[in-house]
Amino acid sequence: MLNASRHNVLPGFSLSLGYVLVYLSLLVLIPLGGLVARSMQMSFSDVWAIATSPRALAAYKVSFGCALLAAIVNAFFGLIVAWVLVRYDFWGRKLIDSFVDLPFSLPTAVAGITLTSLYANTGWVGQYLEPLGIKVAFTPLGIVVALIFIGIPFVVRTVQPVIEDIEADVEEAAATLGATRWQTFSKVLFPALAPALLTGFTLSFARAVGEYGSVIFIAGNMPMVSEITPLLIISKLEQYDLPGAIVLAVVMLVISFVLLLAINLLQWWSANRHSGRHVDGGVQA
Amino acid sequence: MSRIRRVNTEPFAIRCVLIALALGFLFFFLGLPLLAVFSEAFKQGFGPYWDALAEPDARSAIKLTILVALLVLPLNILFGLAAAWVIAKFDFRGKSLLLTLIDLPFAVSPVVAGLLFILIFGRQGWFGPWLSDHDIKIIFAIPGMVIATMFITVPYIARELIPLMQSQGKDEEEAAVSLGASGLQMFWRVTVPNIKWGLLYGVILANARAMGEFGAVSVVSGHIRGETNTLPLHVEILYNEYNSVGAFAAASVLALLALVTLVAKTFVEWRMKQETAMLNAELPAERVQK
Repeated sequence: MLNASRHNVLPGFSLSLGYVLVYLSLLVLIPLGGLVARSMQMSFSDVWAIATSPRALAAYKVSFGCALLAAIVNAFFGLIVAWVLVRYDFWGRKLIDSFVDLPFSLPTAVAGITLTSLYANTGWVGQYLEPLGIKVAFTPLGIVVALIFIGIPFVVRTVQPVIEDIEADVEEAAATLGATRWQTFSKVLFPALAPALLTGFTLSFARAVGEYGSVIFIAGNMPMVSEITPLLIISKLEQYDLPGAIVLAVVMLVISFVLLLAINLLQWWSANRHSGRHVDGGVQA
Repeated sequence: MSRIRRVNTEPFAIRCVLIALALGFLFFFLGLPLLAVFSEAFKQGFGPYWDALAEPDARSAIKLTILVALLVLPLNILFGLAAAWVIAKFDFRGKSLLLTLIDLPFAVSPVVAGLLFILIFGRQGWFGPWLSDHDIKIIFAIPGMVIATMFITVPYIARELIPLMQSQGKDEEEAAVSLGASGLQMFWRVTVPNIKWGLLYGVILANARAMGEFGAVSVVSGHIRGETNTLPLHVEILYNEYNSVGAFAAASVLALLALVTLVAKTFVEWRMKQETAMLNAELPAERVQK
């Protein structure tokens, strides 16, 4: 691993790699390892009992259910937003384009209290929903709203560059061959966008599962009904139930790793698909 | 563009519907909340707003937020530079593993991140007894908050610099070294000018995250007023006390930070685009002049 510098005249390899490895080990690897080690010290039956307790199961259901719903909404609207921002010209397009990143830059606590005030029964939006019998704030629906807010840029920013890269001749060929615009979209454009859309969906889902700040204000946090897993970890911590917190954290960690792996596989798959096509084209030309 | 290529766009009506859907969605989910922050903050006029921010606890929260960011960012910048340098300019085994490790904090829930450091430095943690014997406080004190923020921001700068430095290759640095430049000369005169906008971009993103972090910091801070409250935690405390104006006044400062971040980010993006365009257009001429 360290012999790379032999073929390379550039300086600083060992120093930089050393700093990177020390930084990552102290900050990421050892703490994560420590968490896993602590969970290993417990007996398996204890771990299993905590991980599958009714309150924990209900919390997973809320976390994953809401995250899934929010990610679906984001995938749908994110695709439209990305499409509109790349393809159409309208007044204020550039401004809106940079505005899409707001959830990245707005602290989650701010998003949380603001959405709560908007959707509470006296809020700008809530007062019109209340007479219709729709309650958003302090229900699982509120969690979905907060997670939609958090996840928007993930889908838009993954799909946007792919739409930009679509070559005009693909669409022109389809149109010349007599495809309607809808056929061109569903048979030609959408399949090309699908991997990026799926990646954006997974990113937004992964972020939503772990989200805490924006959710706790709007959720109402009723155990079994609207309590998300990260909040359950905190309440275990506050009750000095460290083993309980550790087990739930490990469950979340395993799930995030699976999602991270899925994202990497998706990216690898789409990259391979594209390079495969490229080679084909090159050979034919 | 789309106006010329008629076959490649949708009928006018569908275009209008899609634009309306996109703008409506963005207004509803992004625009309204942003307006609501400021509207709630100024609900009782400018006086109470200003009083809420002038209060000592609010001031110490602002100071602590800035202090944490100032402590975290330099180490993170160094990390980003070092990581991008080894990954973009050298070949070694385990590179993709290293990339995954750098991304890992993105995938960890902020609450779990906070818990990690409680398990190490907390009372029942590995170093807990030793730390309390020596009267050193990390958890429920500023060091813990700095460490948790460091964890959360690990990927931000490295993630911006790695693709940028990979795309630039290593010819220029190699030329500098073979012409006798020392490592530092090469770094300051060749590498830094090439990556300065990318670096700034990463710093802007990392700073926004560092100042706005809530979950991880909340777990390790202990919420001691005037001591371990950053601005986001201050927002939470006031909000839970039904001090709406105070909470939204503090929130409006953070919202302003978010807007400044967006503007700075857009400016840097624009500069980067301009520079690549310039480089592509004038590369041969520039080479000759030099």
